[in-house]
Amino acid sequence: MLTTRIIPCLDVKDGRVVKGVKFQGLRDAGAPAELAHAYELQGADEIILLDVSATHEGRAHQIDTVKRVREKLSIPLTIGGGVRQPEDAGRLLDAGADKVSVNSAAVRDPDLLSRMAERFGSQCTVISIDGARVGDHWEVVVRGGREKTGLDAIEWVKRAVSLGAGEVLLTSWDRDGTRSGYDLDFLRAVSQAVRVPVIASGGANTPEHMVEAVEAGADAVLAASIFHDGDWTVDALKDVLANKGLRIRSAAKRENP
Amino acid sequence: MSKNPEQVVIIRTGVANIASMLAAFERLGVTPLLTEDREIIADADHLVLPGVGAFGAGMKRLEELGLVDILRARLISSERATFCVCLGLQLLCQGSEESPGVEGLGVIEDHARRFSDELRVPQLGWNQVTPVDADANAFLTEEGYAYYANSYRLASIPEGWRGATSTYGAPFVAAIERGNTLACQFHPELSSAWGQALMRRWLLGASSQG
Repeated sequence: MLTTRIIPCLDVKDGRVVKGVKFQGLRDAGAPAELAHAYELQGADEIILLDVSATHEGRAHQIDTVKRVREKLSIPLTIGGGVRQPEDAGRLLDAGADKVSVNSAAVRDPDLLSRMAERFGSQCTVISIDGARVGDHWEVVVRGGREKTGLDAIEWVKRAVSLGAGEVLLTSWDRDGTRSGYDLDFLRAVSQAVRVPVIASGGANTPEHMVEAVEAGADAVLAASIFHDGDWTVDALKDVLANKGLRIRSAAKRENP
Repeated sequence: MSKNPEQVVIIRTGVANIASMLAAFERLGVTPLLTEDREIIADADHLVLPGVGAFGAGMKRLEELGLVDILRARLISSERATFCVCLGLQLLCQGSEESPGVEGLGVIEDHARRFSDELRVPQLGWNQVTPVDADANAFLTEEGYAYYANSYRLASIPEGWRGATSTYGAPFVAAIERGNTLACQFHPELSSAWGQALMRRWLLGASSQG
């Protein structure tokens, strides 16, 4: 049976991991490749790496970062940040990404999704949506939540999938960084609106939050600070989730070389 | 104990996602050579047919490179080590629902079909793999979890092959093997230690099993 993916997310700026990662036993806890590899050994099912560099110069590190991560990583790697053209996605895939996520660029130019899907396949094309609750619905926000788009998030996700997105990375802007749990209503609405996998993001603090997200329709759960701050290792978290009845890939069996 | 081959030849099918495959072989201590050179491919002791976007585009590419007959003969005899991944497995079929009317390599008398509409498609994620009829000489000997990214699949292991299955809605073919051919629907190069171990068995075992 298909298992629920547990996905640590790294924010990377100018080639370095941001948001104060506290991680035992790493030579350089700011190096994306080392951290990603450490999470794989803990049993992470995938790594998402979001480039939050504000400048063109900062983003110049991105390809090099992806190459370094790929050298060590033998689980899937999704990259987001700064993709505006299919060529940008192509460069990231060539460097070692398995999937590429697009966010505000797709809002400005929805056809980007169809061009990416046509060239690389839907399974490589991830639509990342940041939504903020407005009354009884959710509105798509971009530019780190600073800009409302007026787009209804449910309408947008349906359109994005019809254009070729093969997966949805769904972030609740209200919950992101709050540790108060995922926005379950938002997840439920989106996972009922589309038939591609949905990754829940924004608000994770406890294993219970993750179980709730899966019950609301999530196929994968993303978390950042609970791993980076050392509250949970991936394998300890997975043990708890398995005991709570989620289908989980059991922690990596160490195989002899 | 047999040794790693020095080189593995990977057919350059022209679409992305090959970086993970290259990195996986490098971690296993083998030099991967990515090429579209017909002679090098024909002579390769260890050959990889990677996943290549859509079925129709994949066959068109193999035809352009003049590889259809070479691959068909090689896969029918299954004497030399060949490793097919994801779409690479589906190309062995007669055709696929993904590209109606396009003829596949026809090594297997079956068609790749889309997962049920009841499911989330593509299947993205880790699914349990269970070997069928495994013995000590098989590549697929151990249960484990493998990473999938597919919308199409084979429903049953073809006659004359053995392999492994997974379940998504219903059982489907995770991988098949015969002689020195190993074809996986999942991505061993993205399946952590379990996937690397399988790739290593193909590298080491293929030359000694015969």
